Amino acid sequence: MSGHSTYAPKTGFGKWMDARLPIARLMHDSFVSYPVPRNLNSFYTFGGILSLMLIVQIVTGIVLAMHYAANTEVAFNSVEQFVRDGNFGWLFRYMHANGASMFFIAVYIHIFRGLYYGSYKAPREILWILGCIIFLLMMATAFMGYVLPWGQMSFWGATVITGFFTAIPMIGDSIQTLLLGGFVVDNPTLNRFFSLHYLLPFMIVGVVILHVWALHVTGQTNPTGVEVKKTSDVIPFTPYATVKDAFAMVVFLIVFAWFLFYLPNFLGHPDNYIPADSLKTPAHIVPEWYFLPFYAILRAITFNISIPFTDIVLIDSKLGGVLAMFGSIAVLFLVPWLDTSPVRSANYRPIYRWFFWLLVITGIALGYLGSRPAEGGYVLAAQFFTFLYFAHFLVILPWLGKFEKPTPLPASITDAVLGEKAKA
Amino acid sequence: MMKSLIRNTLGVIAICFIGFGSAQASEEGATPHYPIEHPKHVHWSFAGPFGHWDLAQLQRGFKIYHEVCSACHAMKLVAYRNLQELGFSEAQVKAYIAENEIEVDAEPNEDGEVEKRAAKPSDLFVPPFENDEAAKANNNGALPPDFSLLAKARAPERGFPNFVFDVFTMYAENGPDYIYSLLTGYQEAPAGVKVEDGTHYNPYFIAGPALAMAAPLSDGQVTYDDGSPETLDQYSKDISAFMMWAAEPKLVERKSLGFKVMIFLLVFAGLMYFTKKKIWSDVKH
Ligand code: HEC
Ligand code: HEM
Repeated sequence: MSGHSTYAPKTGFGKWMDARLPIARLMHDSFVSYPVPRNLNSFYTFGGILSLMLIVQIVTGIVLAMHYAANTEVAFNSVEQFVRDGNFGWLFRYMHANGASMFFIAVYIHIFRGLYYGSYKAPREILWILGCIIFLLMMATAFMGYVLPWGQMSFWGATVITGFFTAIPMIGDSIQTLLLGGFVVDNPTLNRFFSLHYLLPFMIVGVVILHVWALHVTGQTNPTGVEVKKTSDVIPFTPYATVKDAFAMVVFLIVFAWFLFYLPNFLGHPDNYIPADSLKTPAHIVPEWYFLPFYAILRAITFNISIPFTDIVLIDSKLGGVLAMFGSIAVLFLVPWLDTSPVRSANYRPIYRWFFWLLVITGIALGYLGSRPAEGGYVLAAQFFTFLYFAHFLVILPWLGKFEKPTPLPASITDAVLGEKAKA
Repeated sequence: MMKSLIRNTLGVIAICFIGFGSAQASEEGATPHYPIEHPKHVHWSFAGPFGHWDLAQLQRGFKIYHEVCSACHAMKLVAYRNLQELGFSEAQVKAYIAENEIEVDAEPNEDGEVEKRAAKPSDLFVPPFENDEAAKANNNGALPPDFSLLAKARAPERGFPNFVFDVFTMYAENGPDYIYSLLTGYQEAPAGVKVEDGTHYNPYFIAGPALAMAAPLSDGQVTYDDGSPETLDQYSKDISAFMMWAAEPKLVERKSLGFKVMIFLLVFAGLMYFTKKKIWSDVKH
């Protein structure tokens, strides 16, 4: 939707600069005059919130890194010392730890928003894929960050997660050794994780820039899913979207502050307040809450896949679990091509809407099951929901689009807005 | 549109509640889960948004730590100077070090020998044993855990739906509740429960039916000079509060800053809300 630039430098310096490096023009066109649909609801504010959280993580992270020592002998105490004696050390530490959780809350809402309103459909496939890459990078960053304080869950989480790689036939062991810098999680692991944990957020910044660029080429979707057709469909980003995003950010910060100041350890695991001990395995090893759905999928595959009526195992349960877990993220990349419906928004897809909410329930249920020990009924339930998860993407999405009868679409955004208001 | 979204969301949450409830019910009776009993709830001065320390209580708790627990449990992340946060003066802290003749290793002298010197307020609490192995050797092979973070390192699972309600009730005192319950929870093992030699039955223990530590406190064991009851119950509350302080010394600072930030954010949100309303008043959306 990037139309003609309306930027007109006023000062002499502005004109001089504009002829050489039109960065002010770029900013003006991207965040001032950039047209957005007039009917965006609150679920469209999470992109801005995510950008804010990325900045929060980077700023608090850089401060933490000034006091952190990536050495297994002192890492745990270096964090604690900053928390106890540093200037507002407790605030930076809790902001960073809880900020990561808030970042994931926001990204999950953002992704489900996209699934509900069909934001991934042409011409926004690249935009969607860039988003999936950001999500992957976020997971890698958060996983490695969680290892840094070198508590019991840091150590055992790293041991379990890197252990997955050994499931890969032939090269698995070498990959694991490369990741760990040795045969077990130890000082070399901590050092490389710190290095990568510092690097990846800046790679995220890069991909975010591409993501926003792609967004500004195609324009935003909107709750009707009908593309922008006329000037009355859109309003300028500033002041309309700016003030709305700002309001949403402040509301989000209230939620953040609630956890930060009153429940700073609610989202973490108590065992991470015990220094890492390679000789003492915790009773239950669980990852951070935001990984739990994927952890549940990993552990749901408890059976080998073999050639029927023989003993030949094609995929053992361990590899099966790893494939299922990576597959659960890989399907997200394919969503633009799996969904065959010509209609974008679930508001006009009466059946898809139900499956969407079923997927939300599936995600929450898998999250819960990921936190339970892998035994008895929990495993069965995890298998059931894993099945639902994959069925949603691989069966429902391709098949539903073929026969579902959408409800009538409004002719334009303007029509939808004014029509709805007229009825009310 | 927004309304139906909210309605659907509420529906989903309701279904999830029912689902989790039944999944949990069906799991009872599988492998035994510890602790056998959920921690008892104590009313703590530091709970809630305006939580604050009861300094007299922390001082009593410190007395218990000094007289009883420090024989086995270290507290390596806390320095003597930190005791000033409990309301002791610098002189009192120095007097405490002197009275107890606390010593630490000095820098090596010019002959390369390490001698002892008197501790300074800036030194960290001297642990009772040279190393973990010595601690174990003196405790039948069990390691008494360090107290510095213990009140945050023990938090028995709250279970569903409690953990959801906790977000709204701001329940964050699981750790001290656990320690209080453990200290007051020693009892005869019920018939049929096998308690290994050298361990003591306690249904509040997080990792099994019994733990290696015998009940460390009993009525009248420590003398209080502020008239507080010299009972197991009071002792247990006081030491638990003290351990919470050791684990989270910035708790009060955190909550009081939090209140200011909250007020600021609420006012800011209100202003933004009305600004947004004003700006959007000419656009139907
Ligand atoms: C004689 C040594 C000794 C004394 C004195 C002692 N403890 Fe312990 N304590 C232990 C040992 C040993 C353990 C480890 C028990 C186990 O893991 O089975 C322990 C464990 C604990 C635990 C952790 C239980 C858990 O969840 O793992 C707490 C809390 C505790 N002690 C509190 C206290 C308090 C409070 C005092 C002082 C009133 C005290 N202890 C005095 C030896 C002692
Ligand atoms: C995408 C952004 C980021 C995410 C999601 C993230 C996530 C995390 C997480 C989950 C932890 C563990 C927190 C804990 O339990 O204590 C952590 C720790 C840490 N992070 Fe980050 N982080 C990000 C960016 C950064 C950056 C840019 C830096 C450095 C410049 C950084 C430096 C650190 C340090 C030093 C620690 C160890 C201290 C601690 O554990 O509190 N982080 N990070």
